[in-house]
Amino acid sequence: MANELSKPFEKSALSEEDLYKMNKEKKVQITSFAFMIFLTFLAFIAVATEMVAPAFAVPFILVLAGMQFFLQMFYFMHLKDKGHEWANTFIIAGVVLSTPALIALTFLLGMTKY
Amino acid sequence: MADYSAIIKEKKDKSVLMDWLTTVDHKKLGVMYLIAGTLFFLKAGLMAVFMRIQLMFPESNFLDGQTYNEFITMHGTIMLFLAATPLLFAFMNYIIPLQIGARDVAFPFVNALGFWIFFFGGLLLSVSWFFGGAPDAGWTAYVPLSAGDYGHLGMDFYVIGLQISGIGTLISAINFIVTIVNMRAPGMTMMRMPLFCWTSLVTSLLIVFAFTPLAAGLALLMLDRLFGAQFFSPDSGGNAVLWQHIFWIFGHPEVYILVLPAFGIISEVIPAFSRKRLFGYTAMVFATLIIAFLGFMVWVHHMFTVGIGPVTNSVFAIATMAIGIPTGIKIFNWLFTMWGGKLTFNTAMLCASSFVPTFVLGGVTGVMLSMVPVDYLYHDTYFVVAHFHYIIVGGIVLGLLAGLYYWYPKMFGHHLNEKLGMLMFWMFYIGFHMTFFVQHILGLIGMPRRVYTYLEGQGMDTMNLISSIGAFLMSAGIIVLVINIVYSALKSERVVVSDPWDARTLEWSTPTPIPEYNFAQVPQVRSLDPLFYEKIHGDGKMKPAEPLSDIHMPNGSILPFIIGIGMFVWGFGMIMLNMENAIITPYAVIIPGFLLTFGSMLVRSIKEDHGYHITVEELKKLEKEVS
Ligand code: HEM
Ligand SMILES: [Cu+2]
Repeated sequence: MANELSKPFEKSALSEEDLYKMNKEKKVQITSFAFMIFLTFLAFIAVATEMVAPAFAVPFILVLAGMQFFLQMFYFMHLKDKGHEWANTFIIAGVVLSTPALIALTFLLGMTKY
Repeated sequence: MADYSAIIKEKKDKSVLMDWLTTVDHKKLGVMYLIAGTLFFLKAGLMAVFMRIQLMFPESNFLDGQTYNEFITMHGTIMLFLAATPLLFAFMNYIIPLQIGARDVAFPFVNALGFWIFFFGGLLLSVSWFFGGAPDAGWTAYVPLSAGDYGHLGMDFYVIGLQISGIGTLISAINFIVTIVNMRAPGMTMMRMPLFCWTSLVTSLLIVFAFTPLAAGLALLMLDRLFGAQFFSPDSGGNAVLWQHIFWIFGHPEVYILVLPAFGIISEVIPAFSRKRLFGYTAMVFATLIIAFLGFMVWVHHMFTVGIGPVTNSVFAIATMAIGIPTGIKIFNWLFTMWGGKLTFNTAMLCASSFVPTFVLGGVTGVMLSMVPVDYLYHDTYFVVAHFHYIIVGGIVLGLLAGLYYWYPKMFGHHLNEKLGMLMFWMFYIGFHMTFFVQHILGLIGMPRRVYTYLEGQGMDTMNLISSIGAFLMSAGIIVLVINIVYSALKSERVVVSDPWDARTLEWSTPTPIPEYNFAQVPQVRSLDPLFYEKIHGDGKMKPAEPLSDIHMPNGSILPFIIGIGMFVWGFGMIMLNMENAIITPYAVIIPGFLLTFGSMLVRSIKEDHGYHITVEELKKLEKEVS
């Protein structure tokens, strides 16, 4: 039995439906990837050219970053998928636990005392 | 496929040593964690005794200042990373799969790997004694004391040794998480899981999120020390306070990493010897989760006196005090579990129940410390030392002892002697309070911590003497424990029943000694405290959830051991970069270590190893032998 495990499969074990789902997922991934490149491009324009005022550029980039983070998490790390509840729990726990640390460090390491 | 009898034969041919070096069985690894942790514990305990001898009398010259500093650093570092953590891991390894009705952890190979990496990391830290002295900047390793200008070679051992052993801890924690999430027996829902499994799960989660910042911090410190980076050196635009933040973002969760499994052990032992179910199980689970969450939000309470500012200090003070609430819930639940129960005070129960008041004392001083204005007074005095020893010794060590006496019959097939156990308990308990209670007062009258001596006539002489005598008593208690272990191994009656305590959870449904595969048939769980449920509503035996069928088992492997050695050699080579008169060039050590580590990983990746099967016939034969 165990020896058989090393043999390659003769034909794919995927059903029609699995294949259909996989293709659909592929499309979603490519679309979101293209969209993320586009967002990066916007961020780049905002700082590299003088078209956007710096006062606006900073919040603008932060909003873009938020969107990137969302896409990364939900589309590439599959937070949106069914059957990922445990993985979601842990990823979200990580975000919840590390965000205060990051915020605190941004503020507390400077010269200003709060 | 190799069949089982051939494997058994091969196993018999293997020497005992090879069997243990190559094992991937969670039970054997649990025992190995127990042994390694105990050795580190004894070593660090000996250092503590030396320190107490030095502090017994004012202006004593037993140790010089430098040696004393090396002792405090090694004592703290070893006790936290290499004694308490592995001892808790020992029970987690051994008990979690049994309690959730699994045949092993999710990744047996990774389990062995975690052990050996931890072990060799600890060994690397320990060999520092032979290369110009141990690290001496405290277990917190604050910069600039630990950075290139002041910290000598010992600090390189600290930085590299802890990075290596931290990898071991991290992968074991991930393994526990996957095990608990995926390997529960049918019917064992999350809310039917014994509390020990819950706290172990939460601890593993904390390890994943707390050891990663530590690894990052240590990596930065390593870059500073070995490669001339300047993350922590203000002269070159670095920031020294950054280290403190990173350290305590890890450090405070770390204290909960240690105490939560101890909570879990207590929550197993108290119901077992009160003959009652745990009071407020659901509240206990949620209190654990809240403690874990808050544990990440309070690290600045270690830095109140740095001068971060009043608003920040207040926010973190309040967050710190809030932890008292879920902790209080737990305390009351343990008390209510005992209330009206049919109590049996054997050694396990004595340790578990006396955990409760000592832990409360530690919690009370904790809340005192969290009040910023007075913390300016307490900070870096013996008051803090008393606080955390009440929690670590009075909490974690008592929890470990309770667990040891409780699970010993299952793990080793015989009880520990009760008379010697009682003797140990009372010596340890009285010694403990003698040692640490007076330290509160010493701290209040201004004795600073981490200073190797004090002057005569400042009102500190008597209390220090009492404290030292208490420490000797406590050590004598531990010696009694060691004697007990040897004595019981020789004299104690063998336990042949599966359930010597008439307890409640699944691990007591397995035969003693436990077969390699734990459960011939995975049990069907019908309620919280499944074994107790079957005793009341069934025939006292777990119902199987599957027919008797072939069991798939993993093969042992020597690779984890070799990877451990590889990392040791590699790490040692890195340290040699800072050695002034190394005999050979460091790269002659780094490269072989590197190749050994990654070479073994490569072998593991390309060599197929599907394990073996125990067939039904063999299983039937084996089951007949045990019953
Ligand atoms: C109600 C719970 C707790 C509170 C409110 C609390 C509060 C504090 C505070 C405010 C300090 C800083 C004192 C100072 O340096 O001035 C401290 C130090 C410490 N606590 Fe706790 N604590 C609690 C529980 C624990 C637990 C559960 C552990 C261990 C398992 C622990 C271990 C430590 C250690 C090791 C230190 C000293 C670290 C060092 O400076 O080396 N504490 N605690
Ligand atoms: Cu803390």
